[in-house]
Amino acid sequence: MAFSPPFESWLMPGPSGLHCVPGDFFIDPSGPVPRAVITHGHSDHARAGHGAVLATADTLAIMRLRLGALGQAQALGYGEALKVKDVTVTLVPAGHILGSAQVVIDYNGQRAVISGDYKRHADPTCEPFELVPCDLFVTEATFGLPVYRHEPDMAEVQKLLASLRDFPERTHQIGVYGLGKCQRLIKLIRQAGYERPIWLHGALRAMSDYYVSRGIDLGEVPNAMEAPGKLAGEIVLSPPSALGDRWSRRFADPLAGFASGWMRIRGRVRRRGVELPLIISDHCDWPELIRTVTETGAREVWVTHGREEALVHELGKRQITARALRLVGREDDAE
Amino acid sequence: MKAFSQLLDRLTYTPARNAKLMLMRNYFLATPDPDRGFALAALTDGLPIAFPLRRVLSEIGESRFDPELFRMSRDDVGDTAETVALIWPVAQAEGDAPRLCDIVADLSRAGRGGHAAILTQWLDRLDATGRWALLKFLSGAPRVGVSARLAKQAVADAFGKNVDDIEELWHGLEPPYAALFDWLEQRTERPSLAATPIFRPLMLAHALEENDWQAMNLDDVAAEWKWDGIRIQVSAKGGTTRLFSRTGDDIGQSFPELVDHFKFDAVLDGELLVVRDGEVAPFSELQQRLNRKTLTRAMLTKYPVHVRFYDALEIDGEDLRALPFTARRERLEAWHREHGPAHSDLSEVLGFASKEDLKASWEATREQGIEGLMLKRKASPYLAGRPKGHWYKWKRAALTADCVLLYAQKGAGKRSSFHSDYTFGAWTEKDGQKLLVPVGKAYSGFTDAELAEIDRFVRQNTVERFGPVRAVTPKLVLEIAFDAIQESKRHKSGIAMRFPRVSRIRWDKPAEEADTLETLKALITSAS
Repeated sequence: MAFSPPFESWLMPGPSGLHCVPGDFFIDPSGPVPRAVITHGHSDHARAGHGAVLATADTLAIMRLRLGALGQAQALGYGEALKVKDVTVTLVPAGHILGSAQVVIDYNGQRAVISGDYKRHADPTCEPFELVPCDLFVTEATFGLPVYRHEPDMAEVQKLLASLRDFPERTHQIGVYGLGKCQRLIKLIRQAGYERPIWLHGALRAMSDYYVSRGIDLGEVPNAMEAPGKLAGEIVLSPPSALGDRWSRRFADPLAGFASGWMRIRGRVRRRGVELPLIISDHCDWPELIRTVTETGAREVWVTHGREEALVHELGKRQITARALRLVGREDDAE
Repeated sequence: MKAFSQLLDRLTYTPARNAKLMLMRNYFLATPDPDRGFALAALTDGLPIAFPLRRVLSEIGESRFDPELFRMSRDDVGDTAETVALIWPVAQAEGDAPRLCDIVADLSRAGRGGHAAILTQWLDRLDATGRWALLKFLSGAPRVGVSARLAKQAVADAFGKNVDDIEELWHGLEPPYAALFDWLEQRTERPSLAATPIFRPLMLAHALEENDWQAMNLDDVAAEWKWDGIRIQVSAKGGTTRLFSRTGDDIGQSFPELVDHFKFDAVLDGELLVVRDGEVAPFSELQQRLNRKTLTRAMLTKYPVHVRFYDALEIDGEDLRALPFTARRERLEAWHREHGPAHSDLSEVLGFASKEDLKASWEATREQGIEGLMLKRKASPYLAGRPKGHWYKWKRAALTADCVLLYAQKGAGKRSSFHSDYTFGAWTEKDGQKLLVPVGKAYSGFTDAELAEIDRFVRQNTVERFGPVRAVTPKLVLEIAFDAIQESKRHKSGIAMRFPRVSRIRWDKPAEEADTLETLKALITSAS
């Protein structure tokens, strides 16, 4: 067997994120760098100020909508191999949000996969996760504890519809993150057969319009601010920060919901003042994390952020070398 | 089990009382006997079985989960039962989810040694919510934000009865309350109450308003001092004695000396007090005896309790409630002359020459350390609930102090978008520096419009946020009304206010002119 240098000799975790030395670029850096590869458009991964950016076309478009002009940008389609200096880079669907990608780097006969954020649950608004066998798998661990097991998402949507039947006099205001979760939830509600308008907070408008422009039909999604009445018995989506705040006073006895993997834990539901928790996540739950890591066949696993301690412990039991990177700047709770 | 776990799950997240009632009502209507009876037991007095949940869980845990992963998960979740429910490996075991009645029956049959095996089998058959609900069910007190009274209210609503009818029957019933549901569904007559001492719903008073006072004729009412203890109903029959709180909770366990001495056949209404050498001690001393898990002999001696009776609902099996107050009072006096047990006396009926005389006595109540006066219409029967126009409480005038708003927190339900819970402070001096120390919290006393104004002030003057709590620039003066001030070792300020509420918002007053802690301390009710 040929000698394999340690992965750290060419893929270096540092304060700005993962640095691919022979390719001379950073992956999802936390601050401005000359050359960045971006996995997806969430703000804790896609930041402004890089000299050059390589990402999927959707991620680049999302970054432009959120951050403005990007400087030098290069789009790479899923599955297209690109030679970058001494390495080959391929972007592969991560199943997290529209445009999200795993970064596959081949160097000297070794393959590293930096998965960014990913999930295995089906999602009607993005390409499904694609498994890439590799030597080093870099994973997140947002829900890296065995208590996190996401429910089937349709069952959660049915909870929402049941609540609308029980409380037809109340506005159902559901907190969602604006990119990904919002559009996925709308799509799921539509798949459940709900055809009434779903009203949107202004902060959710730009990304939703982008999804629609990419051919994802969301049905009727008017602005909540332009609603004729108090929207009793209707669904309103807003950023989580607008739950139980001044913005919600315009509605009929608003019932606060929140679509997030964190809603698994009752204490978190209570602390947020949420009445209708919907366990819908764009991240892997514990069984999916373990399954994915195992299926990649990686002999070494790095954990970027989240509850890495438990995952490292569990992988150790399975004879897989695991290391916690504790990258700075990742918003653990933004889900 | 499925319906019950959905009920508990939704109750925990539902803050509004009416919504909780609706959820419970639907459950009690749709669920068969005896399961709904056991659910009712879990929501009220607890299950009729003792289950050592903690011990059994740790026994199971050792073989089922990785202790490291469990510890980390427990830290994240914050609740052991919930952690077990969530971490439990998905087994997809054969067999149906157990019914509540099976759970109770199997556990009472199984010996100590069998508990773990049975529980494991059930957990394997349930989903995450079901496992959580089962563990809450077995824990004895599910803590889902439902009082026993609210659960009984839901049962009453479901079957079109008055909740007081259920309260009356309650202490003569046993889980799963087959006799209750048979009666509610009109299969049988109302269960007989002949053999056991039961709770009779209390008659409550309204606060005296100015127009009540104006319209009042002195000859029509009996006046008594308003005692500052807790309302108690002594219900004794056939050698058994029960002490009920205002809401029908049996609190006899905390007062064994009363239970031991009160051996008679009657249902009496009165005030529970700490009385030493004929003198009533402040309420704070009575608090020492409430909600104690263990009672020491020293506690019994140090805080001697006493019941001051003021009404009789039943004597020697005769229901007196339809009689006018004066007739009931005569029966009470005659009974007490004959049987008068130790640790008891009667609340004196006060005589006044005129209304002016009466008013003068009321004005002197604060000075005399009395909470106020009770005015009871002589012709009134004993009516359950809070009927209008019969009994009045006339509390002594409130004290007020000007305090400075320090922290604000969002409320719940309809107030969830408003900062409606206020912590306020008074000035003190430390090392020559003037500073504000928190002296109390208030949640009421303002109108909706005032609430919106204070909320705006809070948002515009936030200096720091601690989760849901905001610290504000200390510049808004609130006039706080309160009933009394007591010494308190638990509060940093050394004082505790009773019944504080916002009486006025002093937008005009500079914070520097608010009251000092020393002024407040001078109002402390002397402990004699």
